[in-house]
Amino acid sequence: MVESVDPRVEEVQHAGGGIDAGHGFPYGVPFEGSLNDGPGFVGPDAPTEADLYRCVHCGLCLSACPTYVETRLETESPRGRIALMKAVHEGRVGISDRLVSHWELCLQCRACEAVCPSGVPYGRLMEQTRAQVRDNNSQSPELSRLSQLFLRAALPHNNRLRLAGRLMRLYQKSGAQRLLRRSGALKALPVALGSMEAQMPVMGDRFFSPRSTVSTAHGEWRATVGLLSGCVMPMMHGDAMRAAVRVLQRNGCDVVTPTDQGCCGALNLHAGDLEVGRQMARRNIDAFRAAGVEFVITASAGCGSSMKEYGELLHDDPDYAASASEFADNTRDITEFLADLPLDPPQSEFNRRVTMQDPCHLAHAQRITEAPRKILRSIPGLQLVEMAESALCCGSAGFYSLIQRDMSQRLQGRKVGNALAAGADIIASANPGCMAQLDQGLRNAGSDMSVKHVVEILDAAYQLESP
Amino acid sequence: MANSDFLDQLRAIVGDEYVIDHREDLLVYEYDGSVDRSMPRAVVLPANTDEVSRVMALAYEAGITVVGRGSGTGLSGGAITPPDGLQVAFPRMNQILEVDSVNRTALVEPGVINLDLDNYVRKFGMRYAPDPSSQRACSLGGNIAENAGGPHCLAYGATTNHVIGMEVVLEDGEVVYLGGQAREATGYDLRGAFVGSEGTFGIATSILVRLLPTPESVRTFLGIFPDIDSACTAVSAVIGYGIVPAALEMIDALSIKAVQNVTDAGYPNDAGAVLLIELEGLHEEVEEVTRDVESALWDTGAADVRIAEDDAERERLWVGRKTAFGAFGTIAPNYYLVDGVVPRTQLTQMLRKVSEVSERYGITIANVFHAGDGNLHPCMLFDAREPGVMESAMAAAAELMQECAALGGTLSGEHGIGLEKKEFMPLVYEDEDMAAMQRVREAFAPQNRLNPGKIFPDGSYYRPSPHPASHTAALYA
Repeated sequence: MVESVDPRVEEVQHAGGGIDAGHGFPYGVPFEGSLNDGPGFVGPDAPTEADLYRCVHCGLCLSACPTYVETRLETESPRGRIALMKAVHEGRVGISDRLVSHWELCLQCRACEAVCPSGVPYGRLMEQTRAQVRDNNSQSPELSRLSQLFLRAALPHNNRLRLAGRLMRLYQKSGAQRLLRRSGALKALPVALGSMEAQMPVMGDRFFSPRSTVSTAHGEWRATVGLLSGCVMPMMHGDAMRAAVRVLQRNGCDVVTPTDQGCCGALNLHAGDLEVGRQMARRNIDAFRAAGVEFVITASAGCGSSMKEYGELLHDDPDYAASASEFADNTRDITEFLADLPLDPPQSEFNRRVTMQDPCHLAHAQRITEAPRKILRSIPGLQLVEMAESALCCGSAGFYSLIQRDMSQRLQGRKVGNALAAGADIIASANPGCMAQLDQGLRNAGSDMSVKHVVEILDAAYQLESP
Repeated sequence: MANSDFLDQLRAIVGDEYVIDHREDLLVYEYDGSVDRSMPRAVVLPANTDEVSRVMALAYEAGITVVGRGSGTGLSGGAITPPDGLQVAFPRMNQILEVDSVNRTALVEPGVINLDLDNYVRKFGMRYAPDPSSQRACSLGGNIAENAGGPHCLAYGATTNHVIGMEVVLEDGEVVYLGGQAREATGYDLRGAFVGSEGTFGIATSILVRLLPTPESVRTFLGIFPDIDSACTAVSAVIGYGIVPAALEMIDALSIKAVQNVTDAGYPNDAGAVLLIELEGLHEEVEEVTRDVESALWDTGAADVRIAEDDAERERLWVGRKTAFGAFGTIAPNYYLVDGVVPRTQLTQMLRKVSEVSERYGITIANVFHAGDGNLHPCMLFDAREPGVMESAMAAAAELMQECAALGGTLSGEHGIGLEKKEFMPLVYEDEDMAAMQRVREAFAPQNRLNPGKIFPDGSYYRPSPHPASHTAALYA
């Protein structure tokens, strides 16, 4: 016989009792003792018992989870991650590096939430858990460094972001990057920095900027809308932002882009930096309220998902609870808004094969999958072909691709493989992170397929109309 | 053998990554879909039959018990592993090895997900019929262990009717074959004995399943009734017409409310009960039987009869049925599900008993079940934080199981006995019956090293303590 692994096993072997004894156990008492003493979760933003125990560990989330599908390990599944949260909550275990590693491998894609029959708010649980990890100083060093660098030092500050963007553009377009890459000098960088260089977002040629003037509706007026400019999207995907303004105008909207708006705070919230995330939310609520718009539109699925949750985020804030909830109710993803309007279909033919990649924060967090397809199908000549696993995360997931390189690349390869197999000319998306990730994946695969935002495709079709 | 040597040898077989022995990681392998919980000594995830065989031989030599686990969605504690036991989990063995569209069979590994197989073979105009409500997550290996059912088993039979042959690893690591390519085996049907043995006979490592052609025509009815009695009468009337629907499901008022809280499945909020009936077959056949179904429903007092107009509407009706148990979370934080079966003619009688028990114990009970084959799923809804309520729920469950047995039925239609119901076995079997069953088990596993402590009563049944993590109850039926 093998010796017992744990002295506690010995004592539980002999417990038991008849059916009427009330508390007998099949194999003695299940393991209830502490692994290492933990105080449980603490503070006002701790995951609640009501949310945690809504999970009845049925396992229906497993097959929807990208990290479970890739690893086949329960520790890397939504059900497993919640079980670990419960264990902390119950004081059976403290927040350890091992637990944190399982939580940090989560992409926060929320595919599990969309298929959960019990309605477990997994996204909220994971954000709150990450906040606990952050407050406990238990983040992995990689996430902690990135948090310092981006979440607090850059994202909340429009001018610093712009400056960083310009420097990156200069580095990328001037030939310095090519030169440095060829010289091998980058290899001298510490691994983390080198990896960040390789993953550096590619800046667009022309940035998009919010402006104080209104872009006026063409034709009959239908609505006045505010457009979120955001943080990296106007720098990486300026073309998509300008296309967004044009298609809104084309569909009868006055478009306002308030100049005092900023980043939506989604990345801070996902990383558990609730404090700064809330400040960023308040700034946008103020900016768009002052602009007096009916709807707040975003072309970034990740931003829309967070903005629609501002009400929940600020429900304890006496000054902002009401306006946050109103802001959330009036937020629309641009594909959702156009499909509901409904949009005016383009008149000319746009003869391309397009496959839709469902961004997680559109399909799972906002449950929007039909709207972008409705827009694409409204374009004459466009052939919509579906790829396999179109709603399985592409591995971008905000900072994830910088911190979890291996998993991110596995998912990128899987997604690009599925897209290529669909045999399309263009991958349509609706989120800047996915677009960058897919673009990079396609280039790595040596493919000339392009990645466009749904509104860029719509805009291109409108451009073909005879004047 | 020291434990560390044992673990080292396991790692040598499957690789470091796939032996899990850290206590913090094992926290996620101590549960399945049921109320029970126990942390194994270690978990191993083999990649092929050879690895399974070597792992089993190693454990056998070391005197360690082994419990198999598919996706951990079971509702009777089948995958719960004792603290000194080794859990062998199959998520990595998830390949569909072969599909034979002429003979209509598929050869699969045990970790293949039920719905994945069905979706895959639909490309070839075939289907895998057993469809447990957890089919999106549950594995075929687990389906075999529990002889899983599902709504469409009314017409097509449970898992055992769809398994032709298996490669099985026995407790000492020996690899044997049960059944074969042919539809009928000569001699004893060992394959039949194996299916539903709840992991106590051996571990299936590859499985040859039967596929059916997809039906030419499918029609789904929603029969809306003012109360559950008239709905029960309708069940008998439908069957009385000589119709064998592909599925015949009952959803009571409380369950309708729960479902409609989460998603609009198209069930009317003011109905006393609805019947979900599906016909399948040749186009003309379905047309003809449709009239009979409609008459049966109208004649027994249906307030309305609707027919799904397209696939989307049919899908919506089924989503409501298949997610009902999850939706109970909107009514109460906890529930406990009984899986009893009664002869169809006793349904009305049994449901009256359910309602009487519910009143007497002061516990809300919802009913969503396979009416066509008399497989009830009375589901007790409660808040386990209230003192004493868990004990009441368990006592109520015991009474319901006793009533099922008294009405000529049995304890479990499709979830298995496992830990959860083992103490109730004497309600339906004499000691001699159970001794005979144990002798069959001895023929497969003489040392009783596979999933011991399940199925047969030994006075150790576990009542979950009022502890938040351990009283969340069964979800799918």
